[in-house]
Amino acid sequence: MLTRRTFVTGSVVVASTLSALPAWAAARKDVIVGVRLEPPHLDPTAGAAAAIGEIVYANVFEGLTRIDRNAGVKPALAEKWDISADGKTYVFTLRKGATFHDGAPFTAEAVKFSYDRARAADSVNPQKALFEPIESVDVVDANTVKVTLKRPTGLFLWNMGMPAAVILSPASAADAKTKPIGTGPFKFERWSKGTSLELTRNPNYWGPAIKLDKATFKVIGDSQASFAALMAGDVDAFPIYPAPEVLDQFRADPRFKVVVGNTEGKTIMAMNNGRKPFDDIRVRRAISMAVDRKAVIDGAMYGIAKPIGSHFAPQDPGYVDLTGKYPYDIAKAKALLKEAGVAEGTKMKLVLPPPEYARRSGEIIASQLKKVGIEAEIVPMEWAQWLSDVFKQKNYDLTIISHVEPLDLDIYARDDYYFDYKSQAYRALMAELSVTLDQAKRLELYGKAQTMLADDAVNVFLFLLPKSGVWNAKLKGLWENVPIPCNDLTEVAWED
Amino acid sequence: MSAAGNEPALSWRPERFASRALRHPSFVAGMAVAAVVALMAALSLVWTPYDPTAIDIPGKLRPPSLEHWLGTDQYGRDTLSMIMRGAVTSIAVSFVAIGIGAGVGVPLGLLAAQQRGGGVDQAIMRVNDFIFAFPALLIAILLRELFGPGTLNAMIAIGVFNVPVFARVAYGAALPLWTRDFVMAARTSGKGPTLITVEHILPNLVGVLIVQATIQLSLGILAEAALSYIGLGVQPPNPSWGRMLNEAQTLMALAPRLALIPGFAIIATVLGLNLLGDGLRDLADPRLARER
Repeated sequence: MLTRRTFVTGSVVVASTLSALPAWAAARKDVIVGVRLEPPHLDPTAGAAAAIGEIVYANVFEGLTRIDRNAGVKPALAEKWDISADGKTYVFTLRKGATFHDGAPFTAEAVKFSYDRARAADSVNPQKALFEPIESVDVVDANTVKVTLKRPTGLFLWNMGMPAAVILSPASAADAKTKPIGTGPFKFERWSKGTSLELTRNPNYWGPAIKLDKATFKVIGDSQASFAALMAGDVDAFPIYPAPEVLDQFRADPRFKVVVGNTEGKTIMAMNNGRKPFDDIRVRRAISMAVDRKAVIDGAMYGIAKPIGSHFAPQDPGYVDLTGKYPYDIAKAKALLKEAGVAEGTKMKLVLPPPEYARRSGEIIASQLKKVGIEAEIVPMEWAQWLSDVFKQKNYDLTIISHVEPLDLDIYARDDYYFDYKSQAYRALMAELSVTLDQAKRLELYGKAQTMLADDAVNVFLFLLPKSGVWNAKLKGLWENVPIPCNDLTEVAWED
Repeated sequence: MSAAGNEPALSWRPERFASRALRHPSFVAGMAVAAVVALMAALSLVWTPYDPTAIDIPGKLRPPSLEHWLGTDQYGRDTLSMIMRGAVTSIAVSFVAIGIGAGVGVPLGLLAAQQRGGGVDQAIMRVNDFIFAFPALLIAILLRELFGPGTLNAMIAIGVFNVPVFARVAYGAALPLWTRDFVMAARTSGKGPTLITVEHILPNLVGVLIVQATIQLSLGILAEAALSYIGLGVQPPNPSWGRMLNEAQTLMALAPRLALIPGFAIIATVLGLNLLGDGLRDLADPRLARER
């Protein structure tokens, strides 16, 4: 039997303080959380936007397993599991007494339904690859599910804890985009488009009681407005605060707590590998050398971000430091471009989605590219348009974006992904990785994959997106790091 | 209708105009500011202290010094250079917008006046009212949805906003002219309405149109700054006063000058052009008054 996730010491202290206080001094029971982007809809199994997980993951929807604040895998809707010796069969024992918010019981049927839905041919799951290893999902009895894999899959339990693998009820899954009905501690209450989303406590929650009665997510896209909202107390927390330049102001203010943690946000300048001149490795290498990463980090992120040299977060096991692979070198970059036949003054379209990190880095990189004779035309784009133009239709030269999914090396092996990277060697490596269970061997393969991506200069690897969170100093239990896109409110509580 | 009806209205009398103008305080003040901005813009085309788009991260947020007279911004760009080049942007957008506004609006107004009282007149002026009801901002948002943000779209949006203004001014000023004796005389001599419009009506509108253009110029600069401020106008890396203000917002506590300097540039320019417009109107008014 695996243990339930433990409470942070903070909440334990809160609980004891609370009991000592008279009733009228009871702590607040609601929280208002600021988010930068509004989700396109609320079904994490049907959309790639991180903004979806940032609202519903762990709060409204749960998976069989879950990722905790330290990037570990914990049981959630599965109480425990047994893995066969060959690593191909997982028998999950499900949590008894869990129900969906609409009253439907949580059973093995729901698990089978959710997994089959995700791996179906017409599935719109954004992480369909996570389900690809599944051979079959069988209902053993109401509380037991057997998942058979095609091959041993090292990250299977982790994968099933991702936002894209949460369990939906067969009765309500079709409407999950607008009316998410999960098993989590919060129920979805209402969504005022463009302004806010409200969650309320689920009184029938199977797990440990949460301390909040209500949680509101306020969508504040503008950095200045988010600053004002925090200062005025209109929002209690901005777990991912968009403007690093004002952090010092919050640090100096005792009302606030500033926490700079890690995310899995590998921020890259993606290059359209399928398009000329980026199909030429010399051009990609030249561009990698033309970008002064340090200046980008200092200028756009006020120095609080860590540089990366490949598509891998430094805090994850298996990380190889490749940041020195393409040192900033204008002369060499120019020579390479000349060799590849890229004329001085060549125009490139640098598409920038709305987040500040992208807009700011883009402006700095455009000025750096100018020094090697590339005229980068900045094209700012709204989120929806970016997803359709760049992500789906691959209509771009360069774009800056942060990939927030953890351990997502496999995206480079996907057909038709927006980088259009077609290396067979890399695909073979990913195929090998997916069947490797031995941890040491896996780490070695991670290393190889990172090195290959850096060698091929698939994208310009910029920095790990820092998570600079700002919240009310009396608010406890928010995550410091963001291993997956989420704002887990299950342990959040007010002090005094 | 005044008594001085026989004399064909001339636009300006240069020698008298100059001596009166120099004694008109708001004209002088406005002209001085406009000249400074124009010179600054012209100079920036050939020379700026630094490249206004050159980013120098280690040298960011420097206070004003001998090296950088107005300091540097959050990317280490020279603020003075950006203000200078930003003036070009403002003036260019505003001028093109006036070109669009006057180029379309004046002929429309003249045509409506020529066809006065008829269906064409009504049609033109009512469509005008309709466009007038749309703020430039809405037009800019619409254009962005269609073509994406950019300088050209800002020009078009502000230009469209200028069309009804110029159409109304031309219409209003042309209408009374049609009852004047010199127009009658031209008619009697067999000139068609279009020829009369071109040869007799338009030259008499030059004064009032210049006054209007000066005022629209200041409004255009303000509109460009507003559009760039909300990200619909000039795109980076091209400097624009509006965008400088936007970028300075979150740095207000760190470096207030980053917002104050472009803010001052906008205020001074708009105020200067308004004063200039007021002065021009005052100077032109006695003649216009006599014509009516």
